[in-house]
Amino acid sequence: MKILALDTSSVTATVSVLDDDKIIGDYNLNHKKTHSKRLMPMIEELLSSCDLTPKEIDVFAVSLGPGSFTGLRIGIATVTSMAQALDKKVVGVPTLEALAFNLFNSQGLVCPIIDAQKDSVYTAAYKWVDGKMIEVIEKQVFTIYELIEKLKKQEEKVFFIGDALHKFYDVLKDELGEQFRVPPRRFLIPSAAAVGEVAKIKIENNIDLDIAPIYMKKSAAEVQYEEKMKCKE
Amino acid sequence: MKLNLKEDVITLAIESSCDETSVSVLKNGRQVLSNIINSQIEQHKKFGGVVPEVASRKHIENINEVISQALKEANVTFDDITHVGVTYGPGLVGALLVGLSAGKAIAFAKEIPLNGVNHIEGHIYANFIDHKNLKPPFICLIVSGGHTHLVYMKDYGEYEMIGRTRDDAAGEAFDKVARALGLGYPGGPQIDKLAKEGNPDAINFPKAYLEEGSYDFSFSGLKSAVLNYINTQKMKGLEIPVADVAASFQKSVVEILTEKAVKCAVQKGVDRVVLAGGVAANSGLRTHLKLECDKNNIDLKYPSLTLCTDNAAMIGCVAYYDYIKGLSSNLDLNAIPNLKIGDRN
Repeated sequence: MKILALDTSSVTATVSVLDDDKIIGDYNLNHKKTHSKRLMPMIEELLSSCDLTPKEIDVFAVSLGPGSFTGLRIGIATVTSMAQALDKKVVGVPTLEALAFNLFNSQGLVCPIIDAQKDSVYTAAYKWVDGKMIEVIEKQVFTIYELIEKLKKQEEKVFFIGDALHKFYDVLKDELGEQFRVPPRRFLIPSAAAVGEVAKIKIENNIDLDIAPIYMKKSAAEVQYEEKMKCKE
Repeated sequence: MKLNLKEDVITLAIESSCDETSVSVLKNGRQVLSNIINSQIEQHKKFGGVVPEVASRKHIENINEVISQALKEANVTFDDITHVGVTYGPGLVGALLVGLSAGKAIAFAKEIPLNGVNHIEGHIYANFIDHKNLKPPFICLIVSGGHTHLVYMKDYGEYEMIGRTRDDAAGEAFDKVARALGLGYPGGPQIDKLAKEGNPDAINFPKAYLEEGSYDFSFSGLKSAVLNYINTQKMKGLEIPVADVAASFQKSVVEILTEKAVKCAVQKGVDRVVLAGGVAANSGLRTHLKLECDKNNIDLKYPSLTLCTDNAAMIGCVAYYDYIKGLSSNLDLNAIPNLKIGDRN
């Protein structure tokens, strides 16, 4: 089974091709967010480097979010449309899970933090137990301070990953002290290979998620509209 | 690219530049096999206009289902498709990117050519679908919620921009006036309907001719004059004669559009004017423009109502004419929100 996996939820564009027992090719760019321009040529180049044509792919895997709304839609529209044209299967993987998979079987907690604008992050916390990922803090949108309070109660070391780490590095380090841990840089950003591996686990366990962006936030217009309606009540 | 045109060219076209998700299948550019239009008007009504993020979310929800429907209705499969045409501008960038990503993905997956299409050109080409013998050259008046252009179309894909709006698009003025009159969104059809019951000479709203010889348009002054009139009436505690306001406002818009389009055709020595865009559905504009064109022995063409508003069939028609010229786009094609007419990427 050949899987083409991708993640465009953040500034990182990452595409990977996996076979049953190996990662055949991996292409990551962590420079300027122009997925609209770069994603298709990256896929084209990666497949051609792996001597593959699109129709030889059996499963298309995609990171569903949370993350950049536009980024998610580019990735999802690309994957669902390729799969539709070739009559192949699509498997969706939540971005927070794929990120946590970067630190497979690590000790303590794994806490992916994805930029959600201002002082907010999309986040969750996971614990690895015997090769299985257990959700300790359910995925939600927290301010960084709300997250810090939650994590202090866990009294365990926490490995942070994700694109918001850079932004909140100082405050996390100051507030969490000994608990605060950062893995090597290559584990910090989304990896399509991880998306592909999690997709494989989902297939094995017959887990079919809806192929739709996981926004975790309403659009600003929707929020404003609801506030306006509340005022009128 | 060498083309074998002995066989039929089947175009799969995708449009998602604003609040319609549309996919069409065409045969040889002018024969529409299917044209599915999924409109989001209901979702945007409560906001009083199109909200970009809401539009993008609806597009991604609908795009693949609309593609399936278009293929099914046309009774073709992906294997029958010769090339993919997709709108890449102008429009809302987030909305454009959904259709564009889908179009690029299909072209790549099926290893067929991709043709990026300018949405405004699509509006012009809607006329080629309805009028099988229509050919350039002609003068084209494109009026929609986002655009007001006067263009000389010399040949397929070749344009000379003659005039454009300097502020609001004509359709935008319709929407804003409709909102002020409490008519809801979209405003154009509502005003058109009410205008038929009102007196177009009841209120004298201004017409902006701009400087001598200019073919540009300006609708913000007219829009402000209408809004001022409404406010003044309200302050005086007087009733607003809604139908008369609608009729008088529409008359101003229609007359200025007509005068400039006809004058331009006469000056250029072109005996054909083509109307395009959402406002081409306005009955007042159709009637008045037809009358003035007849007086000057100018042939007027406009599209059927379904092809006036945003749809993928018109996009497919542009893609077809580009394709048979040997043009195609690369997979790094990006959305260009302010794409100019005649540009090719």
